[in-house]
This record gives sequence, C-alpha cells and structure tokens, in this order.
Amino acid sequence: MANYFTDHPEIAFYLNHPLMKRIVELKERNFTEAEKYPEAPVDHEDCIENYKRLLDVLGDIAANIIEPNSESVDLEGPHLENGRMIYASKTVENLRALRQAGLSGVSQPRRYGGLNLPNIVFSMCSEIVAAADASFQNIWSLQSCADTLYEFGSEDQRQRFLPRICAGETMSMDLTEPDAGSDLQRVMLKATYSEKDGCWLLNGVKRFITNGDSDIHLVLARSEEGTTDGRGLSMFIYDKRQGGVNVRHIEHKLGIHGSPTCELTYKNAKAELCGSTRMGLIKYVMSLMNAARLGIGGQSTGLSQEAVNEAFKYASERAQFGQTIEHFPGVYDMLSRMKAKLDASRTLLYHTAAHVDVYKCLEDIARERALTADEKAEMKKYTRLADAFTPLCKGTSSEYANQNAYDCVSVHGGSGFIMEYKCQRLMRDARIFSIYEGTTQLQVVAAVRYITNGTYLQIMREMLENEVAPALEPLRQRVAKLVDIYEQSVEAVKAYDNQEVLDFLARRLYDMAGEIVMALLLLGDATKAPELFEKSARVYARMAEETVLGKSAYIQNFNVEDLPAFRAVEAE
Amino acid sequence: MSLKIVVLAKQVPDTRNVGKDAMTPEGTVNRAALPAIFNPDDLNALEQALRLKEQYPGSTVGILTMGPPRAGEIIRQGLYRGADTGWLLTDRLFAGADTLATSYALATAIKKIGDVDIVIGGRQAIDGDTAQVGPQVAQKLGLNQVTYAEEIKKIENGVATIERRIDGGAETVEAPLPLVVTVNGTAAPCRPQNVRLVMKYKYATCPLERPAEDPRADLYAERPYLTLTQWSVADVDGDPQQCGLAGSPTKVKTVQNIVFQAKESKTLTAADADVEGLIQELLNEKIIG
Repeated sequence: MANYFTDHPEIAFYLNHPLMKRIVELKERNFTEAEKYPEAPVDHEDCIENYKRLLDVLGDIAANIIEPNSESVDLEGPHLENGRMIYASKTVENLRALRQAGLSGVSQPRRYGGLNLPNIVFSMCSEIVAAADASFQNIWSLQSCADTLYEFGSEDQRQRFLPRICAGETMSMDLTEPDAGSDLQRVMLKATYSEKDGCWLLNGVKRFITNGDSDIHLVLARSEEGTTDGRGLSMFIYDKRQGGVNVRHIEHKLGIHGSPTCELTYKNAKAELCGSTRMGLIKYVMSLMNAARLGIGGQSTGLSQEAVNEAFKYASERAQFGQTIEHFPGVYDMLSRMKAKLDASRTLLYHTAAHVDVYKCLEDIARERALTADEKAEMKKYTRLADAFTPLCKGTSSEYANQNAYDCVSVHGGSGFIMEYKCQRLMRDARIFSIYEGTTQLQVVAAVRYITNGTYLQIMREMLENEVAPALEPLRQRVAKLVDIYEQSVEAVKAYDNQEVLDFLARRLYDMAGEIVMALLLLGDATKAPELFEKSARVYARMAEETVLGKSAYIQNFNVEDLPAFRAVEAE
Repeated sequence: MSLKIVVLAKQVPDTRNVGKDAMTPEGTVNRAALPAIFNPDDLNALEQALRLKEQYPGSTVGILTMGPPRAGEIIRQGLYRGADTGWLLTDRLFAGADTLATSYALATAIKKIGDVDIVIGGRQAIDGDTAQVGPQVAQKLGLNQVTYAEEIKKIENGVATIERRIDGGAETVEAPLPLVVTVNGTAAPCRPQNVRLVMKYKYATCPLERPAEDPRADLYAERPYLTLTQWSVADVDGDPQQCGLAGSPTKVKTVQNIVFQAKESKTLTAADADVEGLIQELLNEKIIG
C-alpha cells in the first residue's frame, strides 16, 4: 500500500542526522518520562523507533486518505455561513483521521497531552502532509503555534489551552491587516483592558488569516495607545468559545483552495495577554514567524516531492517517437534537476530543523535549571546556525517548489495544461510559498547580515573540511572553487560600501550561498548514503557551478552607474 | 451498561494487490509473495466494536485470531486502534482448518473467554471468501446472529439495533444479546492507528513470536501488557479431533485457473424449466450439491 514515508526513504535518512543523538537526549531529558508514560521511549533506539512508527502511520494516512481527498478539497474549498467558516467536507475527514491517529499538538510536552516531538520530526510530518495535499498542511501545521503559547504563555495558560490543542482543536496566528503585510509594525487592531470585564477587548480587522476561524488564535494587537511602531504591540490569546470574532469574507485564491484565508472582524472580543505587553512583535511574533518559515520549508519540500513523483510517473508512461519520454535528454535533464532540487531542499530543511532543535531544547532546559557554560556556548552556536539557515531554507525551498511544479507541467506537455492532471494544482498551490511568511525578497533581507559578516562563508569552509567519498572528491574540489568565487563576490559587493548596491545585489549572493551550502550538504549525504543521494549530489553540484559562475559574472561586471537603468522610479 | 466485545479477525494474504508471483506453479497461493494483512472486512468489524466501546463507557474490546505466531500482528493492529486485549489461538493442531474446524476453535475460545456480550466479525475473508465462519460460530455457541451488518446503531436493555444490507436496500433489525454480528466491507472504514498506542504496544508479542535473544526482554517483566495471550488447543479445552486438518471435512483436490469468456454465457428466463435445467446442470458439474 502506498505510504508517503516509506515510499521516500530519503526522509528516514535524516533520522540518522549526526545531531539526532543530542536532540533526543535533550528532548527526552535522559528518558526519565518512560516510567510515567507508556508511550515515552526508554532509550535512543526506542525513541527513533517511535518516530519511525509515527511517520509510518502518518505516511499511510497521507497516501490513503489525504491525497485521495485532495482533488475534491481543491474543487470544493471552504465556504462562509453566518459569519463562520465551514471547511470543505473532505478537509473535515482529514482532520478527523489525524485526530483519531493522535497527531495533534505533537510537539507539546507529554504532560499537556503531546508527543514531545522535536522540530526535525515535526518538519518531516509537514513534508508528508504537504505532499498529499499542500493546502491541508496549512491547517494541520498551524498546531505549531502551540510552541509559542508554550514558550511565552503562563503555566495557567499552558494548562488550559495546550491539552485542547493536543486533543485536536485548531489554531491560527492573526497578524496581517489590510495595511500591515510585510510591515507588521503598522498593525492597528486595538486591544484595550476592560476593568469591568477583567480582560482585554479586541476591536478591528484582520485580513489574509490562514485558518482564521480556528479554535484558538494568537493575535497581534496594539495595546499601547498612541504608539505607531512595533514596540506598542502585544500578543493575545483569543478563544473562539468567548465569541466576538466573525469571518467577514473568505478569499478566492489561485491555489491552496482547501486552506481557508479569512478576513476577520473583532467586536469587543475577549482575549487574554500572552507574555508581557509590548513584546508582541519584537519577541513573540519573531519566534512564531521563524517556526512558520520552517513550516513552509516542509510544505515546499513536500510539494517538490509530489511534483517529482508526478513528473517521473508521467515520463515513464508517456511514449512518443516509439519510446517513453523519460529516455529523451531534454526530459531527463528536467527530471534530474527536479530530483536534485528536491533533495537539496530536504537536506537544508532537516539540517535547519536540527539546529533549531538543539537551541530550543537548551532554551527549554534553561527554564528548569541554569545551563552550564558548555551548554550556553552550545546554545549560542546553534541559535546562530538556525538563524542563518532558516531564511536560506524558506527562500530556496519555496522557489524550488515553484520551479519543480513548473517543470512538472512541462514534462506533461499539453496534458499539463489540462485541469484533469494534478500538476496544474501543484503549480497553483506552490505559488504562495515564496510569498507568505515573508517573501523570498524578505528572506534575502534576513540573510544579508550572514552574507556580509562571513557566517555563511565560515559554514562553507567548515563543511569543506569534511571528507567525502573518493568518487565525489573531484566534485568537492569544484565546489571548493565556488566557495572562493563566492568570497570574491561578497568582497566585491562590500567594496562598493553602498547600501543600495548591497540590497540590489544581495539576491545573487543569497542564491550563491544557498546553492553552495546545499551542494556541500548533498555531497555529505551522498557519502553516507550513495544509493539515495549520489545522483542528486552530482546533478546539483553542477547546477550550483552553472549558476554561481553566472551570478559571479553579474556581480564582477556590475557598475554602480548601472543602477538608474534598473530603478522603477528615479530616486528623489 | 458496559459490554464485553470480542472481534474475530484473520490475518490473510493481500489478494487485492496481486503480483506476478502470487501463485505457485502448482496453482496454490504463494503466501510468501503476498504481504500478510488484517482481513479488510474484519477492520470494518473492529470499527463497529470501537464505536460501541465509545458509546458505552466501560466496555472492552478484545481481538480473537487464529494462526501461526506471526498472526500476533493482528492483535497489535487491534491494540494500535484502541482494542484492550487479544487472544491468539496458535498450535500445530489448529493448522489446516476449514471453516468448520475454524469456527469450532473460535467458539471454544469464546467460551473460554466467558461472559461475552457480542461477537463481531467481518462478513468474509479475502482468501477463502466463504462468509461461513461467523454464522458457524453463532451456531456452535447457540447464539443469535445478524449478518451483512452496516451499522450497529445502539444497544438498549440487552437488545441490539442493527442496520443490515439486503438486496436493493437496507433493513433495520433488533436482536437480543448475546449475539454474533458479521459486518460488510461497505460499513464505516476502520479508524487509523493511534500513534500513542502504537508507541505503547509496538513491542507487544506472544511468547512464541519472540526471538531467543530478545533485546527488549527486560521490558516484558516491567510491562505485563507487552505479553499477548496465546492459547493452544489444550488451553481452550478443545477436542483435537475437531481442530485443524483432523476436524476439516473439506479437502482441496485440485485448483484450476478458470477464465470466463463471454461466448460461454447462457441466457435463461424465469420459466421453471430453465431454472430446473440450470440446477441440474450445476449438480452435474458438481458446482453445487
């Protein structure tokens, strides 16, 4: 029977990530919970076995319930009834299956009813769900908002809300407003404390809220009257049982039809403060967004996988000129690049998630006891790596998902343009990935400091120290040359000492950094598991060479006098 | 009201996903080439049992299966979905059973379990496709039976209300407990495995399934629920003469592959002569009788 986990052994490979031992040890606090919870692992192998079993159950549900429902979900979509959002009927079926399977609130500690999953395994779940139906992944993975509630909420709030999420209630993060999209500092939704009600009241409008009619909302609102920037914003928990928030409109979108995108009106909606006032945007939403970006990394990788599956399948069935089209170089060039981009997205995703896990676990332990000096240094190291990897992961994997969906349509030829085939849906669904949770352009902004301060370069140099399989050594040497070229390009841009030039050229440097890092990661993976990754490593290293050289030429031949030729409007 | 529910489940070769090597050259099923699965109709039966358990708190669901030690997997699959316990009938003396010997063994075990309110099984297994075992169990235990069930709607005052499928529609019947029900494959599909239960029971095994050097041996002592009950013929006070090959009047002489072709079809009317002719022909061909 089809299974999205066992059919793609590349996923399980990352359960052997070198950091996995450390992550499990930290996450399971040396397996002390086994006495209290029969599902808790007794040792490392048992824990990995638990992860595999969980992914196997999810892979089965994804392949045999969610995927078969996905076309109907796309066609039906959610609708509005008396201020309430009603899911597509098959979305309800998907939610029920995952609730019955116990796959809700999975990253929460066991004492609240969760399964204590690390980010790396949660990301695998995201990938698997998204491969089956990208729009359903939006709804399912919003449960990770619970991580933010756990991190910043009080113990009382944790005890009241987390068990509900673990029992299957859904979540949303209400951030965007008509005039506050990428620029969240402009959020206007008003929060006023009511002495009479003994709670905060929310008033205003939110727009483009994914799963906006959820059970438990995290809401960004302006609590400090008279302020206009991010420091006047706080985060609130709104419980749907309280009432006061209605859905005014559900957007008609190009893709991810199953995911309801809502416009919400708040009329004296009772809410409670999460954490401290004024920290909403600068601390809590930043944490929320980083988790959400990892979620999009998982969604993008899952969709890339499905695009690869559909393209390979079609190419192996469709015959022209007396043979199946997979035999033609023009087609297998596309197929091999699709698979290479998929594997590149995936390795970056799971490395990023592993870095996030180490520092998040240590951060959590720091809530219980003081960390040792070594632990503090370890936390600092992995926080920096996670911060540097997250924008690379979100930006490149979402762009690759789009490219793979586009190529999947190309492989299908004329049939790809017909609505009966799945590839058109993949193309529509993927389009939003490089836009929401921070556009690719904003990922570049988030990454630029790691370009200029040498973080990426240092990561590359360290990775070059790792030995690779003898067969891959010539490729490693070619990638080493790319690292030098990247360094020269960064220096060339810095030499301008001009912010506009840096911002303008940053995308090229960002792409180069991402491609080189992923090429090195794939060479490492291919050394350990050549049967899974050697082909992609060979294809991808060449792709990286092709584009890094081109981008380097662009930068080396750039002239500051050229800028006016690009500007949409003249500088004032 | 709490119910003691027993689900009859069988491990079968997955005949729905048949590959090239599914049959041996001799024309028998090549069991090694087909994955062993939970008989599909029995999953529908399990779902009905689990719904009753939710509806009537305090109820218990146990999985009763017969087979080689590896059929312990069927009990695990049940535990993963919410069953409370299970019993594996495993003994060389049970081997080679036809439906008569199978239903004898199951009925004997149900007596041994004792005080069972409702026995629920799938309508039929996808390997034999006889649909005989459920009804024969009822007959041997002297219990009421409802076949072709779509949904067990409720149980009140010791009476079950059941919707069953009939030609051209459905009918709702009532039957007093204790009762045997066989469930159609068109009934509600079984819920997925629950990951928390999978983690809890993943090492649950019958003693016969365990390797000599079991890396998890320490756990079995600490966690009794990891040891599944296995019963031999003697354990259920069974008569060896009525079990397995010895208790099976059915003997397979040969197996032939038959490919039906349209030219072999015959059109008959409802006239008595046509019907009689058909019966005679079927008798002559030894298809019935």
